[in-house]
Parts: sequence; structure tokens; C-alpha cells
Amino acid sequence: MANLRDLSNVACIVGVDESDEMGTLPHKSQLSLHVEAVTNAVRDAGLKISDIDGIFTAGQHSPATIGEALGVMPRYVDGTTVGGCSFIIMVGHAVAALHHGLCDVAVISHGESGRSQVGVSPRRDTAIPGQFEAPFGFGPAPTMFGLITTRHMHRYGTTLEQWAQVAVSTRQWAALNPKALRREPITVADVLKARPVVWPFTVLNICLVTDAGGAVVLTRADRAKDCAKKPVYVRGLGEGAEHVSLTQMKDLTFSEATRISGEKAFRMAGVGPGDFQHIMLYDAFTSGPPIMLESLGLAKGLSYTHSGMYGIFPIIEATRQLRGECNQRQVPNVKLSLVNGMGGMLSAAGTLVLSNER
Amino acid sequence: MEIDRPLPNPMTPEAKPFWDGLREQKLMLPKCQACGHVFWYPRVACPKCHTRGIGWIQASGRGTLHAFEVGYQAFNKAFKVEPPYVLAMIELAEGPRMLSNLINVEADPRTLKCDMPVEVVFSKLTDEVTLPLFQPAGR
Ligand SMILES: [Zn+2]
Repeated sequence: MANLRDLSNVACIVGVDESDEMGTLPHKSQLSLHVEAVTNAVRDAGLKISDIDGIFTAGQHSPATIGEALGVMPRYVDGTTVGGCSFIIMVGHAVAALHHGLCDVAVISHGESGRSQVGVSPRRDTAIPGQFEAPFGFGPAPTMFGLITTRHMHRYGTTLEQWAQVAVSTRQWAALNPKALRREPITVADVLKARPVVWPFTVLNICLVTDAGGAVVLTRADRAKDCAKKPVYVRGLGEGAEHVSLTQMKDLTFSEATRISGEKAFRMAGVGPGDFQHIMLYDAFTSGPPIMLESLGLAKGLSYTHSGMYGIFPIIEATRQLRGECNQRQVPNVKLSLVNGMGGMLSAAGTLVLSNER
Repeated sequence: MEIDRPLPNPMTPEAKPFWDGLREQKLMLPKCQACGHVFWYPRVACPKCHTRGIGWIQASGRGTLHAFEVGYQAFNKAFKVEPPYVLAMIELAEGPRMLSNLINVEADPRTLKCDMPVEVVFSKLTDEVTLPLFQPAGR
């Protein structure tokens, strides 16, 4: 009988890092961002590139491309691509693969030249968006997330000011992070007065697009003890996927994928929503975090809620928090951290329960 | 008239009755012959009971504005509708939701309301393509 709890605490995050630079990098291809992040994260773990035998990546490049660029021939590959949360989901896939001996050192790699578009292939329309969405002017994420937001405002009476507050809080947190692209403080009024893009969003409600890479290295708990830094145990994991096209979402104001993902991760870890000292939510829009919190069954008004960019980065940040490496933004006494991210338009979700104790 | 928006591409075989219907000013929707589920978008198996027999019905063309946005710029190059314009998710009376535009209305978020009744307007782009747009009901 398979038991989900058998996977709890069997593998650890042992290395994390970003690309050498993040921000606006017209001098670097997307593939280089991957290679930089992986080499940095492997060094953080005290391992060698030649130790890698499992490669996990989402997006435009396949895991085979990453292996080739690194000069590594993997014996396990995973290219699950379900949006920004794919990297969070892949931590779970890596834990399962490590547990069963399908690989010994797993690296999850992210690289995206989102701002400069260097070494990026053009996006392809699939049958659904090209046929039933583009003719009406729909396209990039803001044109979808606004629908979720106006429905939420209609149903719950949420206001533009409340959405703006999420952007303000996110920026306050970013101000503490020397690697954040935008660190100057903003006010609710600034958000509301900014250039309107697509109502209910102004340009300050919408995710920043940057060039960045990030990577996470995992190995089994027995081997993790020999790595350079204190291991971070993967205690619980979950994933879910509800829809891709927004017309197929059951309730625009509730993420079923997040509920499914969160419930599984909490059950596996044997924890409840109130047990965390630190929470990382991956979002791209100001309406994302509140809907994720509601779908996870977490009360609103958490003191340590903040936003990351792209699914690999909340894993990196949570790991650093659990190691106590975060200087002025360090949350005191973190033992248990929750990482939750979404992909697409709340379409898919991934959840991790991470701990610095077994 | 100059085409002011991207044409649907690709137009898939599963959706042919939908596009054929629009040319005759009919809004056609797929309906499962086994369980009666009316759904959007067209596919070869019913997303509810998963059987293969799919027929088509003519929709009433009535619905509600389930959610909306006001676009102040274009989000793809071929879209040339003068901003501001209304991006809309329509909940059809038959149940399914589809994306469209709300037209013949002031694109002002203060006057647009979720759940306001709407009705279909057929907008011919080419000899092949007519799009279903929507306007406030009873205009
Ligand atoms: Zn059926």
C-alpha cells in the first residue's frame, strides 16, 4: 500500500542560488541563466556538477538541453511545465525520484530572459487561445487575471485599495532584499494613480518581468549530511491542476488546484495551516495571494506573507530563511516554512512544507 | 471594413459547427448526447461523462456579464480596436462561459456590473469568420 507519508523527510534541499545577475540582462541568453544558476547552487551545496544525475526544468528548454549545456548526461529527466509553480511541483517529483533511487542528486533549474528576450523562441498559440481568446483581445496574463479580480470584487466587495495594499506590502518586503529589481517604497495612492493597463489593474499591480535564473539541488537525507550547509527537509508536498482556459475554472474566486495541493502537503507533513512561522507565496498579480490564502484555508492578515517572482525563487528564499541566512529580512525562529505557488491563472498549484528539523 | 482584430487561428475541426453557425447568425454550442451537458469549448468527448457522442444546439444568445476588464491598450499586435474597450467573460443562459467583448456600451468600469444581462451580436470579419460579440440586453 502506498503511503504518502513515506516520502516525508526522505530528501533535503542542500543547495540553492540564483544566476550571477538578475534584472535587465540583454547580454545573457536564457540558457546561460540556467547554467549560472545551476553551477552556483551546486557550489552552495558543496557538490560538483558531475554529481548531478537528475535534471528537472520547466519552460522553453527541455531537461536534455540543460544537461547538454552543463555537460551532464542525466539518468532522470523531468520537464513538467504547468506555469510558474512547476519548480515547486518538481521538488515533489525530485523527492519521489530520489527516494526510489532513480537519481541521487537532483537539480531543478529555472532560467528566463523574460525582459530582454535573449535566446527565447516565440510563443506558440495553441488551439484554444488562438481560436477563442486572441480575436477578442485577450493575451498575456493581465488580460486573464483581471477577470478573476473583477469577479472577486463583485462577489466579496473587495476594493481597488485592498488590491493596491498587496502591491505596497510586497514592495516593502522587496525593499529588504538587495536582489529585488524594484525597491523604492510605494503607497496605495501611487498604485491607484499609476498608468492604467487593463482595469482593474494599473502598471503597479502587475508582475515585474525580469531576466533571472535560479536553481535548487536536492539529495537523499543520508547524503545531505555531507553537504556544505544545513539540510532543509521536504516534509510535505502537493500539487494540483484545475484548468488552463479561464472559462473552465469552476469558481473564479477560489483556486481548486491550490486547495488540492495544500491539503495533500499538510496531510503528508502532519501540520495545519496555523503551524508555520514563514510563508512564501508565489504570485504575479495583487489578487493572487489573497485567493491563494483563502484556498489554502489560511486566515488573512498573516504577518510574514510576501511575494516572490517565479516559482523557483520562493523555494530559494524559504531555504535561506530556514538556514538563517537572510540578515535584515530574516524572520526569527523559523522552523517550518510553507511555500505555495500557482501556475497560469490559478490553473495549477504546488505546495511544499519545508523544515530545518527532521 | 478593415479587420481590426486577429482572426481565429487555428480554426480546429472540432469547432467547425460553431464557426459554420456564426456565418448564419447562429450561436451553436456542443451538447453531450448521453448526459445532456452543454459545454464550451468544443471537444470530441464530453468533459462531464466522458462519452464520445457530441451534438450541437443553437444557443439563445442570452447570458450575463460574468466578469470583465477595460483594456486601455492592445495586448496583441493585430488587435486594433480603439481603447478603451471591454474584455468580457460571458456566462451563457445554457450554462457555459466564453470570452468575448462587450460592445455598444461605454467602456467605463463605474457603469459596468458583473451579472448584467447581455445578448449576442454577430460581427462579420471576413466571408469565413463571424465573431460572437455581446451587448447589454434589450438595446
Ligand atoms: Zn456527457
